[in-house]
Amino acid sequence: MPNLSRETYLNIFISLGLLVFPFIATAMDEPFYITLATRVAILSLAAVGLNLALGTGGLVSFGHAAFFGIGGYAMGILASHAQTYTPIFTWPFVIEGTNQMLIIWLVAIVMSGIAALFIGLLSLRTSGVYFIMITLAFAQMIYYFMISWPTYGGEDGLSIYVRNQFPGVNTLDPSSFFYICLVLMFAGLGLSAMIKNSRFGAALQAARQNEERLAATGIRPFNIKLTAFVISGMITGLAGALMADLNRFISPSMLSWHMSGEIMVLVILGGVGRLYGPVVGALIYIIFEFIFGGLTDYWQFYLGLILLGVVLFARGGAIGLLAGKARHD
Amino acid sequence: MTDQPILQIQNLNKSFGALTATDDVTLDLKKGEIHALIGPNGAGKSTLIKQICGQLSSDSGKVIFNGRDLAGMDMAERAKAGLGRTFQVSSLVMEFSALRNVMLAVQSKLGTSYRFFKNVRGDKSLTEPAMAALKRVNLEERADVMTAELSHGERRQLEIAMALALDPKAFLLDEPMAGMGPEGSKKLIGFLDDLRHEAPILLIEHDMDAVFSLADRISVLVYGRVIATGSVDDIRNNPAVREAYLGSAA
Repeated sequence: MPNLSRETYLNIFISLGLLVFPFIATAMDEPFYITLATRVAILSLAAVGLNLALGTGGLVSFGHAAFFGIGGYAMGILASHAQTYTPIFTWPFVIEGTNQMLIIWLVAIVMSGIAALFIGLLSLRTSGVYFIMITLAFAQMIYYFMISWPTYGGEDGLSIYVRNQFPGVNTLDPSSFFYICLVLMFAGLGLSAMIKNSRFGAALQAARQNEERLAATGIRPFNIKLTAFVISGMITGLAGALMADLNRFISPSMLSWHMSGEIMVLVILGGVGRLYGPVVGALIYIIFEFIFGGLTDYWQFYLGLILLGVVLFARGGAIGLLAGKARHD
Repeated sequence: MTDQPILQIQNLNKSFGALTATDDVTLDLKKGEIHALIGPNGAGKSTLIKQICGQLSSDSGKVIFNGRDLAGMDMAERAKAGLGRTFQVSSLVMEFSALRNVMLAVQSKLGTSYRFFKNVRGDKSLTEPAMAALKRVNLEERADVMTAELSHGERRQLEIAMALALDPKAFLLDEPMAGMGPEGSKKLIGFLDDLRHEAPILLIEHDMDAVFSLADRISVLVYGRVIATGSVDDIRNNPAVREAYLGSAA
């Protein structure tokens, strides 16, 4: 029997719980719960992206809604053209819309990666409060751009009537779509664990803790942080495409600073820099919203109180509370 | 083999407002030597090291290393070019073990910091050279201890191990003995005595016994100016140096 930490047991328990959840929901005759669980998986993935930048790299990005929204609009733009059979543009070559998830995901990842590269190039020259403000400013720029761009619905957003397709899967079945999202969430978690333990991850953690030392060791911190920021943006962008597909609706609110804050709250609630922190954060958030959202319109006030408690008294987030301090080596 | 110095500093200047921290400094470091840089507190020794490493920009003057002008190169590039530096106040990755700190230097040396998948734990191409560097500074038994839990003296040793792992062409050691006990200092003196044959050392040190027993040459820095350069005996007997620095102690 390998000597696994409490955190590992907790992670396995959460993973198994999510894997069997559709059966439980079906048994309870509450298919709506599957949609809630799908939101957990998608928000987790978005927060896994941010956690790589924020937790491992110490990059407090307050603009990850930009990538979430770009992923969402990548889906919206491609799918809206597919449903009206119009090309996206015809010059210099013709690009058609598509309702194939695999292509949409790829476009979402590439577009949010390009955006992260551009935003990172400019914002990573700063640090601390300035970095937070610049990432926020970029996200807000994209937000206002989408509001004022009428082609894709402007402020009203954009509806997609049928969920996009995945080869061999009926994506309209809630459980099937849930499992697609869950697999991607696990893939994101696996990738982020692998990166953290790799040579790149070692350099990234060193960049968070002591940039001067990293540079004196011959590794340029800027390049390491920029690479991490791009990977982080790509993961969050993929989550945005999934969220758009779940709701079959995209609006600029996906790009607003509320969304950036929400993703950051998930990471902090669950535990900054902890592998399953984003998942635990998303679980708490969705459960809280479901239970207290029905009782009061002001449920976020109470979530705020919990967040305050976590920040003040449980610095490792909920995972820190349940599984103890992070192990270092 | 030519006698071309590995490191040449030519007419280097740096001012902070009205304060001249480095005033037209010219000195060099030859192969196989220990060149000690001494001077009273605030003489600008650490500023000079920072200028050489690229941590501070220079107002004018040149740093030529291994035949190459380092102008426009940042700290990371200069480290990659072969400047192995230790900090006056230990600067380490505190949440890493001693071993993982040195492994970071090894992966930099190998140029493999952009590998995303293989786990570094148990990766022998990293752990073996890192362990070898720790062994050289007698820190191998503390390899798995978190850096934050190492003693002050052990952190000084770890700094040197990281510089060793980079396999540099020159060492810039900023007060490596500071805060070490007499036993540790003695060991370190013996170690540096041999190290100069691997790569020359520019040594800043306040411990005069260490300086006088190790240095091939000594330069004396006062108010940012080099007031004398010479052998141990030259410096001991230089009246200007006695006046400015050694004072009554000599």
